[in-house]
Amino acid sequence: MVAILGVEDLRVRVASDHGTSYPVNGVSFELHRGETLGVVGESGSGKSLTALSIIRLLPTRALSISGGHIHLDGVDMGTLPERDMRAIRGRRIGTIFQEPMTALNPAFTIGFQIAEPLRRHLNLTRRQASSRASELLDMVGVHRAQSVAHSYPHHLSGGMRQRAMIAMAMSCKPDILIADEPTTALDVTTQTQILDLMLDLQADHGTAILLVTHDLGVVAQACSRVIVMRRGEVVEHAGVAELFRAPQHPYTRALLDSMPARNTGRQRIIVPDEGVLGA
Amino acid sequence: MSALLTVRGLVKEYPARSRSRDKAPLRAVNGIDLDVERGQTLAIVGESGSGKSTTGRAILRLIEATAGTIMFDGIDIRRLPTRELRALRSRMQIVFQDNGAALDPRWSVGRLLAEPLRRHEQLTRREQSRRIADMLDRVGLDPRHTTRYPHEFSGGQRQRIGIARALMVHPELVVCDEPVSALDVSVQAQVLNLMKDLQDEFGLTYLFISHDLSVVEFMADSVAVMSRGNLVESGPCSDIMTKPQHSYTRALLAAVPVPDPSVYADRAARRALIRSGIEHL
Repeated sequence: MVAILGVEDLRVRVASDHGTSYPVNGVSFELHRGETLGVVGESGSGKSLTALSIIRLLPTRALSISGGHIHLDGVDMGTLPERDMRAIRGRRIGTIFQEPMTALNPAFTIGFQIAEPLRRHLNLTRRQASSRASELLDMVGVHRAQSVAHSYPHHLSGGMRQRAMIAMAMSCKPDILIADEPTTALDVTTQTQILDLMLDLQADHGTAILLVTHDLGVVAQACSRVIVMRRGEVVEHAGVAELFRAPQHPYTRALLDSMPARNTGRQRIIVPDEGVLGA
Repeated sequence: MSALLTVRGLVKEYPARSRSRDKAPLRAVNGIDLDVERGQTLAIVGESGSGKSTTGRAILRLIEATAGTIMFDGIDIRRLPTRELRALRSRMQIVFQDNGAALDPRWSVGRLLAEPLRRHEQLTRREQSRRIADMLDRVGLDPRHTTRYPHEFSGGQRQRIGIARALMVHPELVVCDEPVSALDVSVQAQVLNLMKDLQDEFGLTYLFISHDLSVVEFMADSVAVMSRGNLVESGPCSDIMTKPQHSYTRALLAAVPVPDPSVYADRAARRALIRSGIEHL
């Protein structure tokens, strides 16, 4: 299989008064065309920073990529100037974040925000872009797409906002969709619909999805392969079926064991010793 | 067994936001009945906007219900004068989801835990310190950390502080509003274990409010499923989980992410089940 994205020995450094540390410390993986790769871990595992490094959008100046290579379709992105990165974000790599309310601009209509990348990257006219925006909203299962296109983010429910985000992320038919906890803020019935939608779009467009999540249930539902991260490192890398059937790393086993769903009917959840989890 | 808490026809309405006065008020809770047996856990499960938290708060009279009766150990809570209600609060406590917000950041842990004691019991300073140290130890925190402030603790530790504070006055009923929803799964497991241990030790009755069915299945003896202010279905936990009667409950169960990829083999069937359950509301 061809890797559309290759991450090799990625390191992210944070410099502070207390010294230097590496919240992402030597992470390597490949993302293949048309697959969904799960990146799972608890808070502080470095899963989100790994995703943000790929599009070079680390949240503060204190964080920097200090080592490794990221290849997009064979091209080393580390050598690209910011100008080229802007052409990649939204065009070749789409992104969805946990809270669409902060990712969407409250001052512009949904339709305008979906149209923006179309005008910027695909050079559509205002009118073309706006009619395409309505089509995209329709595609992500929004009823009355025309009227939703004219609404502002705060008019919509969380699930609808996330659909709008997906429409925006998918608008330029990107090769890769990075989804960072895309359903964490949603109700379970909405969550499952949003995950299904992402998988449907993937089947239609052949998009590769990097799905960052803390929820092993979401991994089981949506991913074909998975990497498990802990304290900035990849501790396990497996196909989804193997991971759940025979987890290899003690940390993965501990994570799975501590899920309430695996302890139904017991008086207590078997909490693995703290050394493994490092809580 | 006897019911510690009995709720009948509980209604909570909020005035409509619209300026037109004749518009019907919003019914957040629409006439629900609940029974919680002493020493047991009743879970209220539902999605956002289902009215589950409103119900929990109305029961403690943190918000005033619009109609219905709430009987706590034979006492009609809604008719209780404020003064007596305050005294009764020592028997009914609440633990919130986000203790970062519920704990005053300017208060040390010692002061946070002393406050309910000062309000409800006359103790000497020495007795007070001993009770606080005992409770911190009991919830798995270092008894010497009374001088620390909430921000110096992790999310899981703050949840332990919230539980400790609720238990300081030896309540009988504890309303737990999404107590582990903000925690990592390994920390969540520890806090759930702690809550079960404390329930056994102190004979606590829990009203456990959660959106997470796998947590509910682990914790609850009985379950009440809410949706849009209505009680959709209630019964013993194992019945609800294995033989759900209502299509919404079936949808909710089908939608829960399970750590087992084989469950997702038949996507189409799952989707149909979820869709029909939501539409039939």
